[in-house]
Amino acid sequence: MTGFSYLYDLLITPFTDFAFMRRALVGSIALSIGACPIGVFLMLRRMSLVGDAMAHAILPGAALGYLFAGLSLGFMTAGGLIAGFVVALLAGLVTRVTILKEDAALASFYLISLAGGVVLVSLRGSNVDLLHVLFGSVLALDDNTLLLLAASTTVSLLALAVLFRPLVLECVDPLFLRTVSQSGSVSHFGFLALVVLNLVAGFHALGTLLSVGLMMVPAFAARFWSATLDGMIAVATLIGIFSSGIGIVISYHAGTPTGPTIILSAGGLYLLSILFGQRNGLILRVLPRKHLAA
Amino acid sequence: MLRLLTLYLFLGLLSGTPAYAVQPLPVVASFSILGDLVHQIGGDRVSVDTLVGPEEDAHVFDPAPRDAARLAAAKLVVINGLGFEGWIDRLIKASGGAPRLVIASVGVSSHRALIDGREMTDPHAWQDVSNVRIYARNIADALISIDPEGGNVYRANLARFDAELAALDDEIHAAISAIPSERRKIVTTHDAFGYFALAYGVEMIAPQGVSTEAEASAKDVARIIRQVKSEKIPAVFLENISDPRLAAQIAAESGARIGGKLYSDALSKENAPAGTYIAMMKANIRELTKALMP
Repeated sequence: MTGFSYLYDLLITPFTDFAFMRRALVGSIALSIGACPIGVFLMLRRMSLVGDAMAHAILPGAALGYLFAGLSLGFMTAGGLIAGFVVALLAGLVTRVTILKEDAALASFYLISLAGGVVLVSLRGSNVDLLHVLFGSVLALDDNTLLLLAASTTVSLLALAVLFRPLVLECVDPLFLRTVSQSGSVSHFGFLALVVLNLVAGFHALGTLLSVGLMMVPAFAARFWSATLDGMIAVATLIGIFSSGIGIVISYHAGTPTGPTIILSAGGLYLLSILFGQRNGLILRVLPRKHLAA
Repeated sequence: MLRLLTLYLFLGLLSGTPAYAVQPLPVVASFSILGDLVHQIGGDRVSVDTLVGPEEDAHVFDPAPRDAARLAAAKLVVINGLGFEGWIDRLIKASGGAPRLVIASVGVSSHRALIDGREMTDPHAWQDVSNVRIYARNIADALISIDPEGGNVYRANLARFDAELAALDDEIHAAISAIPSERRKIVTTHDAFGYFALAYGVEMIAPQGVSTEAEASAKDVARIIRQVKSEKIPAVFLENISDPRLAAQIAAESGARIGGKLYSDALSKENAPAGTYIAMMKANIRELTKALMP
């Protein structure tokens, strides 16, 4: 009984006592539901680093929005979305019409975007405040930000449902998709748009760089637990939600900064998955495989 | 022969004194608040340079070659003392000049306080206006002894400025006593208001265990909210929480008002609300009144 009340104090009381804790939890759960399935597709399409590139591309857009209109949710969101879409489209264009491969095209445009953003920010003098803003604050989610997170997750889930078939095809057999359908490039850009949308939403809670973490790390961990796409998406989302909760609670008790703690929790679950995962986990591989062979 | 030449040169310099008298006396003040005090008393007879300018932090001052050149040219250097300018001796030595050094805080009864977690003499004595009246007298004495010709000007300026300071002191006392006594307390991460608190009877409560430097964690935010609620503190002034969304979150949940900017170590730029010492103290008292009035 005392153990139960101890656990209750440890895990539940922070949320019953403080509204900002509940908001942080709700916001990061919404983010996990939207971003983690995207992460699984990125991983399966061997585009794990694209999320990172896109995050760098978004950063200057959001920074410009901030410089233009101050701490305005609308302007920063719009700036981030525009910068992300422009980089995705330009990279796609260069890939199609020149000899550059997609990774090179994407890298070039996100680097240009990042450098341009840094120059613009420094033109406006002090960027100390801007740094605070760009690293997001999961403890400071107001009503509008929560609505934005929920809306982006809703849009993202609906769009993913529509794009699901072509995306799966592109994961397993992109050549086949190209022969049977013209929708390949549409679904490809649609997918990149979803990546951008989720990173921009995540940026308000965790900052651009850490929101990539919540998108990708649970997906990697999920790889060790399920062989099917549906399974991986479900596990990745659960791991995202779980690490958000753990991270917020640890930050509450240990006094560590909240955003990084969430990603570190996901990282911890990832390491556990590498070791103990059902599929290809290291421990299972070392153990005698009798019960598996049978 | 050489001596004779030196004597002639010296006499030549002396005969040049009428021209020298219109030339303003070069004075260097260590930081912007002292710079304003010197300017108030010296008027047109002195030209004041400050080493740590408006909106700059004396704690992280990084002397540039320019600063050594200013010191080398100065006839008088005004510092606060009480350990505020740890770097001044080395800088004067390095500059090669031999200016007269005056410590403005001589005669002030100092107190000890926790500054950045260490107990030391609190150097921020200028936050008590009655101390600044002593500062002004010290500065006037030094100017008179270096430039006796201007003695009458300095004495007249001191008399005028001292009357202004006395009026300011009364104004602050009146403003604070207009606030109901149970509301005269704030939570603040500023550690520069010890003298203000003692002189004017405003309780300054440091948020427990909250570092002023690091990013606020969930634990920090929870502590501040809990403390504000349990001690019924009407207002919170936070230095490290620069994210206005987080400040708004704390205000909404604790019921306390979030105070605006309090000026502690530096004046603002000339056109901003705290361009002079008197304007700075008035700006602070406006913010405190706004936050504490029921």
